[in-house]
Amino acid sequence: MKTDVISRRDRSLLGPAAVSAAILLVAILLPSFVGTYQIQLVTYGLIAAIAALGFNLLLGYTGLLSFGHSAYFGIGAYTVAFVVQYLGPHSMEFYLLVGIPVVAVMSALFGYICVRHTRIFFGILTLALSQVVYSLALKLYWVTGGSDGLRIPRPTLVLGLLSFSGAHGFQQFITSYYYYVLAIFVVAIIFMWVIVHSPFGKALQAIRDNEVRARFLGLRIRRFRWISFLISGTFTGLAGILWVPLNGLTTPDVLYWTFSGEIVFTTLLGGFRNFTGPIVGGIVFTYLRTYAVATTEYWQLLLGAVLVALVLLLPTGIVGALSKAGQRLSERKR
Amino acid sequence: MILLKTVNLRKQFGETRACDGIDFLVNKGEFLSLVGSNGAGKTTLVNLISAHLQPDSGQILLEDRDITFTTVTERIKAGIARSFQIVNLFDGLSVFDNVALSIFSREGKAVKMASLAERDREVRREALEVLGQFGLTGKTGVPAGGLAQGERKLLDVAVAYALRPRLLFLDEPTSGVSTHEKAQIMDTVSSVVRRGMVTAVVIEHDMDVVFRYSDRIVMMHEGTFLADGTPDEIRANKDVASILLGAPLTS
Repeated sequence: MKTDVISRRDRSLLGPAAVSAAILLVAILLPSFVGTYQIQLVTYGLIAAIAALGFNLLLGYTGLLSFGHSAYFGIGAYTVAFVVQYLGPHSMEFYLLVGIPVVAVMSALFGYICVRHTRIFFGILTLALSQVVYSLALKLYWVTGGSDGLRIPRPTLVLGLLSFSGAHGFQQFITSYYYYVLAIFVVAIIFMWVIVHSPFGKALQAIRDNEVRARFLGLRIRRFRWISFLISGTFTGLAGILWVPLNGLTTPDVLYWTFSGEIVFTTLLGGFRNFTGPIVGGIVFTYLRTYAVATTEYWQLLLGAVLVALVLLLPTGIVGALSKAGQRLSERKR
Repeated sequence: MILLKTVNLRKQFGETRACDGIDFLVNKGEFLSLVGSNGAGKTTLVNLISAHLQPDSGQILLEDRDITFTTVTERIKAGIARSFQIVNLFDGLSVFDNVALSIFSREGKAVKMASLAERDREVRREALEVLGQFGLTGKTGVPAGGLAQGERKLLDVAVAYALRPRLLFLDEPTSGVSTHEKAQIMDTVSSVVRRGMVTAVVIEHDMDVVFRYSDRIVMMHEGTFLADGTPDEIRANKDVASILLGAPLTS
C-alpha cells in the first residue's frame, strides 16, 4: 500500500538505491572475511575509482578527452609529500585540508588554458601541461627528490584519534584506512551523482551532444567546460592525496603520461557512457594490473591485449555491456 | 509597431554577396515567411540577426536598440531565439531535458549543481506545458535521438520556443518530412506561436505552406529583397512568379 504513495520517479531510484546499499554493506563487512593484502588492493581500487569518476565528468559528460589527468593525481600526491616535508603534522585531515585547495587551484589554472580548445587540440594541451609538471618533478630534485621521489609516513586518522605504530601498526592502518577511503568514496560518489543530475550536469551533456545549439540556448560554453575541468581535476587530485599514504612513496611516475593513459584505460574498461562505469573500471583495473604483474613479466603486453579486445568487443565497457545484456534479458521475459 | 530593423546589412563570402544591403523590417506579432531559391541569402540573414555571423557592415536594431555587436548570449537575453535548418538537438538527453534546459538557461539556473534537475517543480511544470503544446507529451522520457523525424522537427522548435523569445527564427521547420506531416507541423507551430504572441520569421521553401500560414512574405534573390507583401500581393507579383518558375525550389 505504501508504495502507491511513492511517485514513479522515486520508485525508479529504489532499485539502484537497494543495490548500492547491498554493495556498501558487503564493503563494510569485507575486512572480516579477507586478509590485509586484499583490503589493501580494494583500497587502491576505490582510489582509482575516484580518479576515474573525476576524469569521466570530462570525457563522458562534457565530451572532452584529457590525456593529462596524471598531473592532478600527481599534484595531489606531491602536495601531501611537501606537507610532510615542510609543514610537519602527519594528519590525514591536514593533508586533505591543504591538498584539495591546491589541486583545485591547479586544475582551474590548467583548465583555463585547455578549454580554449576542443577535440585533439584539447587532448594535446592537457598532455603537454602534464609533461611540464612531470619534468619539473624530475628536474627539481632538491625539492622533489627527483626520480627517487619522496617518502610519506603513515598519517594519523580522524584528527589524531587513530595512530599506527608498533608490531601490528601496518595491518591496523590498512583496515582503518580502508574505512577512511570508503567513507570519502561514498561522499565523492554522491557528490558526483548530484552534479551530473543537476541543471549544470545536464548543460554539460548538452554541450557534449551539440555545442552550437547549446550556445543558442544562451549557455556560456567555455565557462561550463572550465568548471567541469576544475571539478574533474580536483576529484582526480583527491585520489592522488588518498593514494600517497597508502603507497608510502610518490615518484614522478604518477605524473608521467602513461599514468594518464591508465586513467583513460580504467574509464574505458568500466564504460564512459555510464555513471558507474569508472567505478567498476577502477576496481577491475587495479586487480587486472596487480595480477598481470604477478603472473608475467610481459604484463604490459597482457594489458595491451585486454585494451584491444575491449575496444573491439566491448566498446561501451563492462557496465555498458552488462546493462545491454540486462535489457535484452528483461525484454525476452516479456 | 516595428520589433526588428536592419539597416543596409551586408555580408560577403568571397565574391558572393549573401546579403547585399538588406533593409529588413519585422513587425511585432506577425508571422513572416522568408522565401527564395537556394543561395538567396535567407539563412545568412538569420545568421546575422542571431549573431551566428558578424556582418561586414550595416546595423541591426531591436526596438531602436543597436544590437549589431552584441554576443549570442546577449541577443538571446534580448529575446531573439532560433532553430536550425538541420535538426539540432541534444540526442543523448531526454525530450524533457532538451526543453527543460532551455528554461534553466533562460532563468539563469543552468549553473546550479547542488540540486537535481528534475526536482525543480516550476521548470518541470513549464517544460511539460511546452511539450504538451507541441504534442510531445507522450515522449518526455525518450532520448531525443530516438524520435521520428517529424517529432524531431517539432522538438527543435519547442527547444527554441521554451526560451520565451519575442522574436523567433525558424529555419525550414518542415524540411525533410512528408507533405502530410508538413501541414501538421505548421499547424502546431503557427498556433503555438500565435497563442504565445511570439513574432516569428520562418524560412520555408514550400509555397503552399507559405501562402497558407504567413501574414507577410518577403522574397529574397541573390542577396537582395525582390518582393515584400501579403500572400495575395506576392501571388500577384510577376517577378516572384518568374523566379519561382525559373529556379526550381528544392529543399
